[in-house]
Amino acid sequence: MTLITALTIFVLAIFIGFEVITKVPPTLHTPLMSGSNAISGITLVGAILAGGSTFGSILGFLAIVFATFNVVGGFLVTHRMLAMFKKK
Amino acid sequence: MNKNQLAVLENFILFAKANTTELEKAATEVVGSAGREQLAQIGYLVAAVLFILGIKGMTHPRTAVRGNLLGAVGMFLAVLVTLLQQGVSLPVVLSGIIVGSAGGMVLAKRVQMTQMPQLVALFNAFGGIASVLVAGAEVLKGPSPETDGVVAGFAAGIAGLIGAVTFSGSMVAAGKLQELPQFKKPWSFDGLQITNLVLLCVGLLLVFMMVDNSGWEYFPLVLLALLLGVLLTLPIGGADMPVVIALLNSYSGLAAAAAGFVISNNVLIIAGSLVGASGLILTSIMCKAMNRSLSNVLFAKMGPAAEGPAADEVYEGKIKRTSPEELAMLLDGVQRVVIVPGYGLAVAQAQHIVRDLANLLEADGVTVEYAIHPVAGRMPGHMNVLLAEADVPYEQLKEMDEINPTFSQCDVAIVIGANDVVNPVANTDPTSPIAGMPILDVSEARTVIVIKRSLSPGFAGIPNPLFAADNCLMLFGDGKKALTELVSAIKEG
Repeated sequence: MTLITALTIFVLAIFIGFEVITKVPPTLHTPLMSGSNAISGITLVGAILAGGSTFGSILGFLAIVFATFNVVGGFLVTHRMLAMFKKK
Repeated sequence: MNKNQLAVLENFILFAKANTTELEKAATEVVGSAGREQLAQIGYLVAAVLFILGIKGMTHPRTAVRGNLLGAVGMFLAVLVTLLQQGVSLPVVLSGIIVGSAGGMVLAKRVQMTQMPQLVALFNAFGGIASVLVAGAEVLKGPSPETDGVVAGFAAGIAGLIGAVTFSGSMVAAGKLQELPQFKKPWSFDGLQITNLVLLCVGLLLVFMMVDNSGWEYFPLVLLALLLGVLLTLPIGGADMPVVIALLNSYSGLAAAAAGFVISNNVLIIAGSLVGASGLILTSIMCKAMNRSLSNVLFAKMGPAAEGPAADEVYEGKIKRTSPEELAMLLDGVQRVVIVPGYGLAVAQAQHIVRDLANLLEADGVTVEYAIHPVAGRMPGHMNVLLAEADVPYEQLKEMDEINPTFSQCDVAIVIGANDVVNPVANTDPTSPIAGMPILDVSEARTVIVIKRSLSPGFAGIPNPLFAADNCLMLFGDGKKALTELVSAIKEG
């Protein structure tokens, strides 16, 4: 992937992010934050692809632990919160 | 492709029971080794779409649960297709995932809703450090032939810098929010800002030097960024934490996007920038709600106590005390009541008794609504979650812009544990520390009831003329106790 392709994806994704997220009501801002924590746990993908040397694998392992913590903890706690929002 | 994906999924489940080589073989049989890379890319694209749809679901409480699930499915898919590629050996990956999942599950289950800001700060920290580690592993590997070495080196530097600042800064923020004694007081020294500026410049220099791919710059860069994160966050006071964790949320996303540039991975770039945008929007909303610029929140020194009229001058002889019994009579026969909760309500764990009060009033045909100021809690949207936990239906939670024009049609506004966000001085005195801050116009209501321990000032440290207003009644006492007495007085009456 060339730098230009990567930059294009980056910039367009930011615009999509702004468009979608400005429509999230203040009521849901806390679940939005914990949910986006879970999504930023996507570094898990990078962590799995790491490795190479022994030391690299150690770094990869630690990154996997931290990223999974975010993914699992983030989605679960967001679900727990959202389940509390009820209609009358 | 769909059939192939299904077949791969089945194979993966088989593998969980069997071992590594079997999966390798099975996957190769299905798509061929060259096809695996392509399958992964398509999987990433679907995952990215699911993330966007997931966040889109967050635009309404009705669709939010499904949105969150879509995001989780996207993540599962992204991880699944990644497992088909070479990288860290599978047993290591799986044990890492098990350890991380166990930790995440326990915390997500046990955390109290009042502790959500600390938890999000901790998540920000972990996201930051994960990016630092991923970029570090890539630096160790050296650039692969198909990636641009200059871009990879530079991006690794950025990921290290932002990720490490996010990690240490978020840990300090989590400590402050948890009210650990070590972080009780904002800490600063003369020349702190110069020190930070120097650290940042040296850090950026190291980032630029990373383009030679020698890699030695990475370790000192991370150490320096860790120090910078601590120094940037320590001077910031507790009241400004909503801004800080929103900003660090954004950084953790940007660090993930930078890690995506390092390994040329689309899904990291897309997911990271979505989170980066989300954090930035929340940061700007929080700053607007306090009428302060971001640089003012981050760099302003804690000034001496505000000048202006002394508390005695404002309050002398004008404070009208009331009692639960009197209030019960006042609330008899009203049509519309607006409850204004502040963080003091959550601290007193009085959300549930507020809900009881609302139930009683509603049974009498009274319309009850809640006016939520953006900075009512310790993070964006915090107060809404705390009230939702107490079974307050979300239709009754009104944001400031929506409810402010309606206070004049409100019979009674009940302010519980809030102070600065209802201080009319923000509109009337341009020299006050909260001048221009948008407030809830409770004084427009026919009667205002303030439930509060004493006349002590809020975070801004200034007296509140609302308490001395003609239409304001003060009920002094602990929020929970006062409300319990009020509820039983209404039941008796």
